[in-house]
Amino acid sequence: MPRPLLQVTGLEAGYGSAQVLFGIDLAVGEGEVVALMGRNGMGKTTLVRSLVGLANRMAGRIEFAGVDVTRFPGYRVARAGLGLVPEGRHVFRSLDVEENLVATARSAAQAPTGSAEGSAREPWTLSRVYEFFPRLAERRHHRGNQLSGGEQQMLAIGRALLTQPSLLVLDEATEGLAPLIREDIWQTLGRLKAGGLAVLVVDRDLRALSRLADRYVILDKGQVARSGPVSDLSEQASTIERHIGVA
Amino acid sequence: MTGGLVLEQAFNGLQFGMILFLMAVGVTLAFGVMNLINLAHGSMLMLGAYFIAAAATKITAYPLAFVAALMLTAVASVLLEVLVMRPLYRMGHLDQVLATFGVSIAVNEAVIMIWGREAMFVAPPEWLDGTVALTDTISYPLYRLAITGVAALAGLALWLLLARTRLGMRIRAGAENGDIVGALGVNVRLLFIGVFVISSLLAALGGVMLGPLIAVQSGMGDPLLILALAVVVIGGVGSLKGALVASLAVGLLDTFGRMIWPHLMGNIIGNIVANASVYILMALVIAVRPSGLFGNHAA
Repeated sequence: MPRPLLQVTGLEAGYGSAQVLFGIDLAVGEGEVVALMGRNGMGKTTLVRSLVGLANRMAGRIEFAGVDVTRFPGYRVARAGLGLVPEGRHVFRSLDVEENLVATARSAAQAPTGSAEGSAREPWTLSRVYEFFPRLAERRHHRGNQLSGGEQQMLAIGRALLTQPSLLVLDEATEGLAPLIREDIWQTLGRLKAGGLAVLVVDRDLRALSRLADRYVILDKGQVARSGPVSDLSEQASTIERHIGVA
Repeated sequence: MTGGLVLEQAFNGLQFGMILFLMAVGVTLAFGVMNLINLAHGSMLMLGAYFIAAAATKITAYPLAFVAALMLTAVASVLLEVLVMRPLYRMGHLDQVLATFGVSIAVNEAVIMIWGREAMFVAPPEWLDGTVALTDTISYPLYRLAITGVAALAGLALWLLLARTRLGMRIRAGAENGDIVGALGVNVRLLFIGVFVISSLLAALGGVMLGPLIAVQSGMGDPLLILALAVVVIGGVGSLKGALVASLAVGLLDTFGRMIWPHLMGNIIGNIVANASVYILMALVIAVRPSGLFGNHAA
């Protein structure tokens, strides 16, 4: 595995006093794509939310780019280089596309310089995001609530990219999108991976994930049930499908 | 009733409406972004008035005293946010109402301890002490016109801030979903302090400007706060445009009402109707549009 960018060790987390995660170990290396899978309610979203301080971190350790961020407030984890595409996308409805992108953007100068690879990557600018998602450029003055689901997901990805992340975290990358749009999103992620960006992606599309990802992690009842290289996925398809609840 | 008197009252109503607007935008901003119902908002208006009264005794140049009063309010509002308000953001509205009502009582007592029970008076700056001829026979105080102008400028500045700057985008985004704004790398705690200070400064600006017009005394902001709350309900929570339209409507309705109703119905009943008219308007608006004239939520 390449040098670890995100390293989660023995993470226990939840909401209030209700514990959801029981000792999660997870690592994402630089430039690596890791698929996070599991049935509904098994803790995927809680894991993602606990990374950015939106769920209670009770025990364990989260390291990002070699820094212990376990006690960091969410915004500092984001500034360390974690770009979140949240479940449900949560684009800002009353802001137009461009404002959505600009509001939380950080300039390349503000990007963390912790990793050598990170600083070598081309910084994200508004025009680069528009090149990447021409659809967003066309709709730049439309409000968030006037966008289709696919456009919202592109916007949420573009918004995260403009925070200059070294790791993109997508919770439900293609949920609720039309098949053609899903294919767009997978291709987008492929291009980002080719550009050297590390990605942690939650989704239930086994085929697309096994094409994109390097490794997979399956959660079951708040614990890691299985993990390994994606090549395992095709060999043990039936066991894995049972775990993630795909018919 | 002469045309001149109507004109004069229209200017008074406009000026009163703009003071209400300065109060109401702060209320609506704090509620929209932090989900905070702040009954201590009138205290910020009062502090602005006391600070200008105190500053004017030490500083002769009015613009300097003006700035000093606003800066003192900013400091007070930061302290208030950090020490009292922050834990309230995640609590229920009843807790907020109780706690901020307590704050307003405490601040009302504090100014009595510092400056005494006697009302203080502030002189308007000399260069604004004249009058402007509206018609051949009617002249109008320059100072009152200046209040309307400054309040309008403050409203314009706030609109530019919210609509055109990155801070404004973050404030609007934070009003929708502060958690996501934070998860994308914005220090929401700092953002909330900023919003609280902005909203306090707008109220204080009203107080600073009202200083020469009304007696500066403990509790002076509270009646204005109640009207400002009515303005927010009428205009629609979270709407800047709604706050402006409703403020002017309430300002004019209140000002003209105090002139017209007693004239038509006699002093006793007329004054009762005049006092109630704003709330009758509020009830009518809620009955037709429960989320206010420009409210976002379809209710």
